[in-house]
Amino acid sequence: MFKKFNIKEDVTGHTQVKSSVQRGIRAKIQDQFGDGVEGILDVVLPKKTPMILMKCHEHINLIVVNNEIQFFQHFDGPYFPTLKLLHKYPNMLPRLQVDRGAIKFVIGGANIMCPGLTSKGAKMDVSVPADSIVAITAEGKNEVLAIGKTKMSTDDIKKINKGIGVDTVHYLGDSLWKTVVDL
Amino acid sequence: MTQAREVLYCGFCSLPPEYCEFGPTLEKCKEWLKRNDRVAFQFLYNTLEDQLASTSLGTEDKLEEDKKKAKEAAKIERQLQKKMQSRVVIKRIERTKKKCVTSVFGLENFDVDLKKAAKLFANKFACGASVTKNNQGNDEIVVQGDVSDEIFDMIMEQWPIVPEDNIDLVEDKKKK
Repeated sequence: MFKKFNIKEDVTGHTQVKSSVQRGIRAKIQDQFGDGVEGILDVVLPKKTPMILMKCHEHINLIVVNNEIQFFQHFDGPYFPTLKLLHKYPNMLPRLQVDRGAIKFVIGGANIMCPGLTSKGAKMDVSVPADSIVAITAEGKNEVLAIGKTKMSTDDIKKINKGIGVDTVHYLGDSLWKTVVDL
Repeated sequence: MTQAREVLYCGFCSLPPEYCEFGPTLEKCKEWLKRNDRVAFQFLYNTLEDQLASTSLGTEDKLEEDKKKAKEAAKIERQLQKKMQSRVVIKRIERTKKKCVTSVFGLENFDVDLKKAAKLFANKFACGASVTKNNQGNDEIVVQGDVSDEIFDMIMEQWPIVPEDNIDLVEDKKKK
C-alpha cells in the first residue's frame, strides 16, 4: 500500500477531528485490538491532545497525534498501527515469524508466501482467522519487520502451503516508514 | 500501564540495526553503529558473521548478490554526490528602477520544505514571500525586496547541509 507514497503529493488535506469523532476512532481501535492496547491507548491517543486526520489518495487515512503518525486505515476498514508504534508496544498484534530467506523480499515489499511461514525457521504460535492484522517478525530478529493482513487463516496456511499467506501492508523502509510529519 | 520500548534505529538507513544487513548500505550502517553504540555493534555483528556463514549461499550466488549490492550502494552514493553538487541560486531581480525582488532557487534539492522556508523569510524580513513556479516549471521562493545578502547568511545558518560554495548570488537587471 505504501510502496509509493509521498506526503507532499498524496495528502489531500488534514483536519483536526471533532472530539466526538475522536472518541469514535478511539472506541473503534479499542474494540479492534481488545486487550492488546490496554493502557497503551491513553498514552498514544490521549483524550485531550488534538487528533489530526490526514486524508490521502486512494482512501488512506492517517491518524496523527503529536506530529507522529500512529495509525492508518484504508477506506473504512480496520486501523493498522504504524511500525514505529508497534516497535514501542510489540504486544499489540499477534506475531507470525518468517524464515531468514524471506526477509529480503519482505523488506522489498513482497507479500508473504505460505512456505515462508511454514518452513523450519518460521513460527506460527498463534492461530488467527483470515483477514486479521498480524505483525511479521523474522528468524533470529527481535523487531517487527512488517505489518500485514492474513489472506487465509493460519490453519489454512499450514494446510495449503501455497501462494500468498499474508498481504504485506506496511514494511520496514517503505515510504510510510520514511515519512516525517511536520505540521 | 505498559511502558513504551525504546528502539534504536540506524542513523544511516533508518531501519533497526538488525535489518541493516538487508539494505544496500551495510558497510555504512556498520560504521555508524560502531561509532554510536559499541555494545549493540558487538552484540549484533559477532553473531551475525556466524549466521551469514551458516546460511551459506553457493559461492556463485554470493558473488552475484554482492555485485548487486555494490551496484545499489554506488547508486545511492551517486545520488548523494549529485545532491551535494546542486546549486542554490539567489537572484536579485529588478522590477522597477528602485524596487526589486529576490528569488531563491534550488533549495528543495537539500530537502528544505519550500513553504516553510518562505514563511520563515517572510517573518524574518517582514515582507511578502511566496513559493511560485518559474517558467521552467520549477518551484522557487520569491521574496519581496532586496534581501539577497541576508538570505545568504540565513541559509548558512538555518540549513548547514548546504555548502557555502554552492550558493550563487546573481543580479538580474531589467533590459531596457
